[in-house]
Amino acid sequence: MAILEVKNIEKCFGNLCVLKKIDFSLEKGESIAIIGSSGSGKTTLLRCLNFLERPDKGSIIINDKVIFDAMDPATQREREVRKKRLHFGLVFQNFNLFPQYTVLKNVTLAAELLAKEDSDFKHNKKAVMQEIQTRGKMLLAQVGLSDKLDNYPHMISGGQQQRVAIARALALEPDILCFDEPTSALDPEITGEVLKVIRSLADRNTTMIIVTHEMDFAREVADRVIFMDEGLIVEQGSPEELFGNPKEERTKQFISRYKKD
Amino acid sequence: MNQIYVIIERLSGSFLLNSKLFLLTLLFSLPLGLVIAFGTMSHFRPLRWLVRIFVWIIRGTPLMLQLVIIFYGPGLLNMNFSWPGGDTGRFIAATVAFAINYACYFSEIFRGGIESISKGQDEAGQVLGMTKSQIFFKVTLLQVIKRILPPVGNEVITLVKDTSLARIIANKEIIMMAGEYSSKGFIWPLFATGIYFLVFVGVLTILLDWLEKKLNYFRT
Repeated sequence: MAILEVKNIEKCFGNLCVLKKIDFSLEKGESIAIIGSSGSGKTTLLRCLNFLERPDKGSIIINDKVIFDAMDPATQREREVRKKRLHFGLVFQNFNLFPQYTVLKNVTLAAELLAKEDSDFKHNKKAVMQEIQTRGKMLLAQVGLSDKLDNYPHMISGGQQQRVAIARALALEPDILCFDEPTSALDPEITGEVLKVIRSLADRNTTMIIVTHEMDFAREVADRVIFMDEGLIVEQGSPEELFGNPKEERTKQFISRYKKD
Repeated sequence: MNQIYVIIERLSGSFLLNSKLFLLTLLFSLPLGLVIAFGTMSHFRPLRWLVRIFVWIIRGTPLMLQLVIIFYGPGLLNMNFSWPGGDTGRFIAATVAFAINYACYFSEIFRGGIESISKGQDEAGQVLGMTKSQIFFKVTLLQVIKRILPPVGNEVITLVKDTSLARIIANKEIIMMAGEYSSKGFIWPLFATGIYFLVFVGVLTILLDWLEKKLNYFRT
């Protein structure tokens, strides 16, 4: 059963239609890579899934439950949008860590704020906070940053910052983890450490959508690759199919151009 | 010799009024400035323009004039309101005028600070399920404070010296007090007032530097 179904998503900014009719689904435990040139709508698609943009048309369905329908205002109430966002985690191109908090606090902050809203938080405050701390440390160990818990973001490298951002996105246990060009802002020699973390998540069957320019990485990690161009999904398939034997002319062009580089 | 002590004592006493006006103005104008800043950034156009026109009027007219209007205005316009009698009323009117005036200046500094924080911070908070107010208070605010500290410090220092404008509605602040002595032939008390302001601003400068260093533990 599909964990995520995206149906007929359209999004225009003024006259510019960035997403034209996006349809795809995602299975639990599956990781898909979305590739395509700049301006093809990849990032906007991720932003729509995370409710940072509101699609003009279409619907988003998670576990058979409609969480967004452009035609149905009842699915767009601000208060509920907040909770719905938690189905998704998003790792930004520019990390966007909170500079005034330590690495550990960056990971635990949102969970602490959510816990405080619980009605019986006061009764077991200590235990809950302890649990959040432990989990935060566990996640940071998972991304190899156990020795940086008390550092502030400006004290660590870009690659390390992005790994913190991944741990932060995992902290609220999203159903689907989204990556928006996670290595594009990094020096080429340190992209490896971030890709390694994402690879380890894929090995654990984390459900993921990865927007990336790293073709080799997409090929190796993704169960399925989606090629987008001018706001449309042109082609999708297994990495072997899409990279080895693309059917559409535009896909062929894109991949051959990439190979030349 | 005895007279010197008396004069210094009276100058010090009147500087207390300057200090009180300074502290109360900060206390009210900083939060009010934040509210006005949100007004000038409102997505509701009529409100935004109303607040911007208000800021224009307050920043566009002399504080001295505002003091006079706020103190004498209600009486002259036969409004159903009057300030309490005597020194209390004069002081309250001065505090109100100062608080509104400084709030408008602060609001522009706040607006600049808030708008300078990258959108990514806001979005990172949103995707983590934070509410708008959680994002503002837990994520944005401290970064804004760090950025606006130098210009706010400037305003705060200006405020120390502006407090002497309160004499225009007969608040007995230090310059007014010294002026009474000059008219009796003593000119030195007027010069001495400068020392009070210098010392006060000196302490503030140290405090502001300390605060800036305190916030140096992170970078925006």
